[in-house]
Amino acid sequence: MTAKSDLPQGTLDLLILKVVALGPVHGYAIAQRLQQVSRDVVQVPQGSLYPALHRLENRGLLAADWKDSETGREAKFYRLTRKGRAQLETEAASWQRLTEAVGLILKLSAGGAQ
Amino acid sequence: MTWWHRLWRRSRLEEQLEKEMRFHLDQHTADLIAQGHDPAEARRQARLALGGEEQVKENCRDARGTRWLEDLWQDFRYAVRTLRQRPGFTAVGALTLALGIGASTAIFSVVNPILFEPLPYPHAGRIMMIWDTYEGVRCDVTFHTYRELAARSRSFEAMAVMEAWRPAMTSATKPERFDGQSVSASYFRALGVSPALGRDFQEADDRFKGSHVTILSDALWRRRFGGDNAIVGRQITLDGDLYIVIGVMPRGFDNVLAPSAELWAPLQYNAGNVTNYESGEWGHHLHMVGRLRPGLGVDQARRELNAIARAKVGEFPRPPFASLEHGLIVNSMQGEITRFVKPVLLSVLGAVMLVLLIASVNVTNLLLARGAQRRGEFAMRAALGAGRPRLIRQLLTESLLLAALGGALGMVVAAFGVEALVALSPAGLPRLGAIAVDSAAFAFAFGITTIAGLLIGLVPALHVSRGYLVAGIQQGSRRTAGGRQFMRRTLVVAEVALTIVLLVSAGLLFRSLARLFAVAPGFDAAHLLTMQVQYNGHRYDDDSARRRFLAQALDAVRRVPGVAAPAFTSLLPLSGDQYGVYGAQFEDGNGYDVFRYAMTPGYCETMGIALRRGRLLDERDTAGAPPAVMISESLAKRQFPGQDPIGRRVHVGPTNRPWYTIVGVVGDVKQGSLADRQTDAAYIAATQSWFADDAMSLVVRVRDDVTAIAPAVKNAIWSVDQDQPIVRVTAMDGLLAASESRRRFAMVVFEAFALVALVLAATGIYGVLSGSVTERMREIGVRAALGASRRDILALVVRQGMRLTGLGVAIGLGGAAAASRALITLLFGVSPLDPVTYLGVIALAAGVAAIACWVPAWRAARVDPSITLRAE
Repeated sequence: MTAKSDLPQGTLDLLILKVVALGPVHGYAIAQRLQQVSRDVVQVPQGSLYPALHRLENRGLLAADWKDSETGREAKFYRLTRKGRAQLETEAASWQRLTEAVGLILKLSAGGAQ
Repeated sequence: MTWWHRLWRRSRLEEQLEKEMRFHLDQHTADLIAQGHDPAEARRQARLALGGEEQVKENCRDARGTRWLEDLWQDFRYAVRTLRQRPGFTAVGALTLALGIGASTAIFSVVNPILFEPLPYPHAGRIMMIWDTYEGVRCDVTFHTYRELAARSRSFEAMAVMEAWRPAMTSATKPERFDGQSVSASYFRALGVSPALGRDFQEADDRFKGSHVTILSDALWRRRFGGDNAIVGRQITLDGDLYIVIGVMPRGFDNVLAPSAELWAPLQYNAGNVTNYESGEWGHHLHMVGRLRPGLGVDQARRELNAIARAKVGEFPRPPFASLEHGLIVNSMQGEITRFVKPVLLSVLGAVMLVLLIASVNVTNLLLARGAQRRGEFAMRAALGAGRPRLIRQLLTESLLLAALGGALGMVVAAFGVEALVALSPAGLPRLGAIAVDSAAFAFAFGITTIAGLLIGLVPALHVSRGYLVAGIQQGSRRTAGGRQFMRRTLVVAEVALTIVLLVSAGLLFRSLARLFAVAPGFDAAHLLTMQVQYNGHRYDDDSARRRFLAQALDAVRRVPGVAAPAFTSLLPLSGDQYGVYGAQFEDGNGYDVFRYAMTPGYCETMGIALRRGRLLDERDTAGAPPAVMISESLAKRQFPGQDPIGRRVHVGPTNRPWYTIVGVVGDVKQGSLADRQTDAAYIAATQSWFADDAMSLVVRVRDDVTAIAPAVKNAIWSVDQDQPIVRVTAMDGLLAASESRRRFAMVVFEAFALVALVLAATGIYGVLSGSVTERMREIGVRAALGASRRDILALVVRQGMRLTGLGVAIGLGGAAAASRALITLLFGVSPLDPVTYLGVIALAAGVAAIACWVPAWRAARVDPSITLRAE
C-alpha cells in the first residue's frame, strides 16, 4: 500500500461537497469514490464521514432523499443545495489559492538553498 | 425542518440513521465478499472500517444540532423515572429542600418590601426625614424650626411636618377614636401622592384658626361612608367640631410614617408670636419630611441644612432648647423607618440563608449516598458510550428536578411562613401591608431553587464521573469508597459548623432577652390593668372640666369590685407614648430633657414605683397647694451628686411659672424600652400641671384576671361620660412583653431555624455514619472475629461520628464568633462571646450528635462476624 495522508482539518467537508456535486450519491459511494479518485492516498475515516454528512445536511449545504440504489435497496442519497454549491465554489477557490501560495513558498525555500 | 420538528420526529430520524448505517455496512460487506473474503471476515472488516457503530451514531446525533434539547428531554424523563423509583429518597430530599426554600422565600417576602423595594411613592429615594438632635439622639423638630428651614432651604421641592391626631367620632353606638395625622399642607406633595377624590390640602387650609377640613383614607371612606362619591364637601363631626371632607386618598396609598392613620387635617399652628418660647409651636413634637429637588444628593441637602442650623438669622429667633447648635440629622425616609428593624431583618435573612445552605448540604449528602448505590448503573452507561459531560448533565437534571419539587413545595411552606411571620412580627414593623408572596418572592424562590439544584447536583456529579467509572463495574466497589466518604464527611462537618453558628446566635438572643426581662422596669407589671382615655368634645376645652372628669372617673372605677388603687398618668411606661419629654431647668441654670408624668395621687403606689427619699405626691398636692415635684433617682444623681435634692426647686416645662419644689425622689422607670438608659423623669400632680393632657392612661390593680375585669372598668368610666373613647386596653405585663417584640421576633425565628438546622445536621451525621457502617461491615466483622468486643466497636463508630462533630463544632464556633458581631445591636447585657452560650451550644450539639451516632454504632456492634464474612 502507498503512504496515506491524513486529511488536513476542514478539507473533508470540501471533498464531500465536491463528490456530491457530481450527482446524488449515498454515503457508502462517497467513501468509495473519495478513496478511488485519490488513488488511495486519501483514506477517509468512515467514522467521521457520516457525522460530517449530517452536519452539512443540518447546515443546509446538502439535502437528502431516500431512493433505490443500484442494488435495488433503499438508500439515503445526498445532493447539493444551491447554498452548498455556492459554498463549494468559495471553498474550492480559497483552497486553490492556498495551495498555490504554499507551493510558491516551498519553491522559494528550495531556491534559497542553492 | 425546524429544530422542534427534528425533536419531535426524533424516532423517525433515529430509524433513518439506523437504516443508513445498515446500508453502509451491508454494501461494504458485499463488496468485500466480492473481492473474495469470507462472509464472516468481510462483516468484521466492514465494521472495523466504520469504527464503533454506536460511536458513529452518537456523533451523527451530535451533528444534528438539537442534541442538547433531545438530551434534556431524555434526561428529564429519565430523572422523573429515577425519582419515582425511589419515593422515599425523593420525599426526604424534596421536603428538606422545601423547608430551606420555603423558609428563605418567606423571610425574603418579609424583608424585600421593607428593606429592598423602594417605598411606594414616585422617586421615593428623594424623600428625606429631618431631625433635630438632643445629646446626639434624634428628636422631633418644633414648628418654628420647620418654618425656618422651609423658608431658608433651597434643596427641597416640598417640606412637611406632621404629628399624631386622634380625633374621636361619637355615633349612636360607642364612641370611636381614629388614628390620624395633623399635617402641614405640603405633606402629600412631599410624598408625591394626591387624593383620588376631591383636592389636596392647600396653604390656605393650614392657617392658624383656619376652617376645619379633612382628607379621608380610602379604607375609612369605604367603611364609614359606604364609598359614597358625594362625600367630598360633606361635613363630619370630629371631637365635637364640624369638619368638611375635601378629599379621599387613593386605594393603594401606603402611609408608611403612620400606617394606621385614616384621616388627615391641617396642622394650623400659629406662625406668629415667634418669641413666645412657651407656646406649643416651640414644642419638639413634629416629624419632618422633605422631598429633594431632582438631581440633588442627600449629602448636599445635609450640608445645606446644617449650614442653616449654624447660621442664625434675626428673622428667625431661636430659644436655647431649639438652637439647632448640635446640627440636624438628614436621612432617607426608607433608612429612617427601617432603622430599628434593619438589623433584625438582615440577621434573620442571614440565618435563613444558613438554613437553606444546611438543607442543600443535607440533600447533597443524600445524593452522594445514592451515587454510591448507582455506581454500577453509571459505569454501565459510560461503557455504552455516554460521555462524562453527558453523565454530569444527567445528574444535574435529576438534582434540578428534585430542587424544583422542593421549590414547588417550598412555595406552600412560604405561604404559611409569611402568615406566621406577619402574626409574629414585632411592633413597629413598617410596610406590614406590603408583605406577601409576590412576583419578587417567586423570582427569588426560582433563583434559589435553581442555584440549590445546581449546587446539590454538582458535587455528586463530579464525583460520579471522576475516575472510578471503570472501577464501578467491578465488584470490589465497597473497598474503593474512600473518596466519596471523604466528601460526605466534609459536608457533615460543614453542616455541623453552620448549625453551630445558628445555635450560638439563637442562644445569644435568648440570653439577651432573659437579661432584658431580668432588668427591673422600675414598676411592678403584675396584676395591672391599663387603658387610655381621651377627652372628646368642646366640653373638655376647659382644663378644670378635664380634672373634674378625672376625679369622677377615679371614684367610679373605685366602686368596681375586684379592683384597687386606680390612678391616672399622662405618660405610661413602655406603652410607646410619645410627646412626654420636656425640659427641666434647675435653679443653677442646668437643664435636662426629662419624661414628664402628670398624675393623680397614688400613681406611684399603684405602679409599685419605689420611693427613695422624701415623700410621694398625695392628696395634699392640690391646685392651690405649693407646686411639688418628685424626680427620678437618675436625675437626682445627675443634678445633685452627693447632695440632698429635697427642697431644691426646678422648672418643668415653662420657666415663666412658679418653681416646683422637689419633695421626693423615686426609683428609675424604663419609659421607652427595657434597654433604655435614659430614665430622667419628673412627676407632678395633674392638678398642678400648667396644662391638662389630652389623653390620660388609667392604671389599676386587679385582684384576679386582668383582662376579664376590663369591661367593668370601661363601663365605670363611661358612666361618667359615655362619649369618651377608651383605647389601648391591656394588661401591663403584656405591654412589657410587647416592648421587646423586636428581639423576641428575632429570637423566635432564630430558635426555629436553629432547631431545623440541628435536626438536619443530626440526620446528616446519622446518614454518613450509617453509610460508613454499611460499607465497613466486613471490616467490623473482621474486628469482631479477632476479638473486638461490642463495646470496642460501639466506641469505634461513635468516635468516628464525634470526630466529625468536634471538627464541625470547632469551625462553627469560629464562624459564630464572627457572625455574632452582626447581632450586636440586638444583644443586651450579653457579650457576643458569652461563654455560657458557647458552652451550652457545644453541650447541646454534642448531645444531639451522640444520639445521631448511637444508632449506627449500635447496629455496628450487633454485627455477626460469621454472617458478614461469609457474605464476602
